[in-house]
Amino acid sequence: MNPLERYLPLVDDEDAFLAACDRPLPSVVRTNPIAAAPERVRRAFDEEGIDYEPVDWHDGLFRLPAGSPGTNWPYVHGWIHGQEEVSTLPGLALDAQPGERVLDTCAAPGSKTTQIAADMDDRGTLVANDNNLGRLSALRHNAERLGVTNVAVTNQDARNLSLRPFPFDAFDRALVDVPCSCEGTCRKNPDVLDEWTLDHVHAIAGVSKGILTRAIQTTRPGGVVVFSTCTFAPEENEAVLQHVLESEPCELTTFDLPLRTEPGITEWDGETFNDAMKRAHRIYPHHNDTGGFFCAKLRVTAAQQDGSGTDGVTAR
Amino acid sequence: MSDDGSDPSNDDGSDSPSNDGQRFDRLPETAADRAVPGRPTREEVLAWWEDRFGIDRSVLEPYTFLEKGAGKVWIYRGEATDPCRIEALGMAFLRTRQEHWKPTTRAVSRFGRHATRNVVELDPAEAARFVAGEDQPIDRWDGDWGYLIAAHELSGDREPIGVGLYLHGELRSRVPKGSRTDVGRLDGEE
Repeated sequence: MNPLERYLPLVDDEDAFLAACDRPLPSVVRTNPIAAAPERVRRAFDEEGIDYEPVDWHDGLFRLPAGSPGTNWPYVHGWIHGQEEVSTLPGLALDAQPGERVLDTCAAPGSKTTQIAADMDDRGTLVANDNNLGRLSALRHNAERLGVTNVAVTNQDARNLSLRPFPFDAFDRALVDVPCSCEGTCRKNPDVLDEWTLDHVHAIAGVSKGILTRAIQTTRPGGVVVFSTCTFAPEENEAVLQHVLESEPCELTTFDLPLRTEPGITEWDGETFNDAMKRAHRIYPHHNDTGGFFCAKLRVTAAQQDGSGTDGVTAR
Repeated sequence: MSDDGSDPSNDDGSDSPSNDGQRFDRLPETAADRAVPGRPTREEVLAWWEDRFGIDRSVLEPYTFLEKGAGKVWIYRGEATDPCRIEALGMAFLRTRQEHWKPTTRAVSRFGRHATRNVVELDPAEAARFVAGEDQPIDRWDGDWGYLIAAHELSGDREPIGVGLYLHGELRSRVPKGSRTDVGRLDGEE
């Protein structure tokens, strides 16, 4: 069966949803402000005769109708990086600031990591972790190509992440962009739909709970944890958030994203979720002509040591 | 400076501390602080970029320099323990422990815009050949031999491309294999 059909009850226009999922995605690049401002990139595209279209909700994104950005000067100089539009959303939600201590738990191949580094003005400490050594080499390649110097790359299981290599014991912010069943990327890679199984959804949701839990534990009270996936499956989204709301000192916070989104859901398959789940964002392909996505923002509310209180205590 | 309790002695059994290829060690400030023989100092690194390319010390001042792998100096702008055993800290920056120090392509790409000397400016056809990894004669260069920054003009400003080795009237591209690109060929340039 096509796994997308199980989500039809969640969308406003079933036909538009399925039709959008069936269309290939345009090639999109993000400009890398560590190397060049969007205006300079635009001038270089013009000089080089490269067709591009701006993305109306983000001045650093360009759609390239002619496809792959791999063979032009702006790419060679690390001014641009191929990155799907929705993939920039968790970085926007995280809103990392120069000088902060930031964790990216599942960082490879580094599109979101390098976006966060640029938001930090390449200052502060950005710990980019991944458990897959092969994918880490792609991350290192991308980080160096884009001129990132504030990234520390670690190869750990994020569920047991150790801060021993660092002279601090908590992060200001963490991005938890977990491995998932990836139906939202079907416009790029339709194979994800053929390989989909419910067993895999449940197994991977268990891993996500562990990774998100550890990220909350290593973030300071008042700090921000952003959770994101590219799946529509509530088992991997709202159910994972429900788990940490019940077990860790954190709360879902309200935040805006610059495109059309739908609220997280409070009911699925006989299960009820916390009403605050509506503060999360679901992104469906037919609303903005993008991939599918899920993004939530949490605030850590109490010291990680006691683990008891879930209300009140906030910023330092 | 080793405070992790590991044995700092050499593989050959001698007592002097040596470079450990599996971890990052911060460079000593000056020769007087040097414990590991042959390790470059922070002062030498800053002086080298200033002497060779005219890059002002203030540009590199905020950064930490580390050695991992003999002679391989990394540049990092964050916090980490010293020593530190992780996959990467910042980017590979400079090859030392050899007669002529060699900057990495990425170092030149990131910091080369601050250079005021030993920068060879290439025309569009030359730039395309250079980034494809080709060697080529550049007869007009009358500056230093050795490692130069190759640059070209793009959207109104000079932009560094990578490291070239200039010898006997020839500029040898040192763009690593994985980064070579057939960029100019799209425009029908040779």
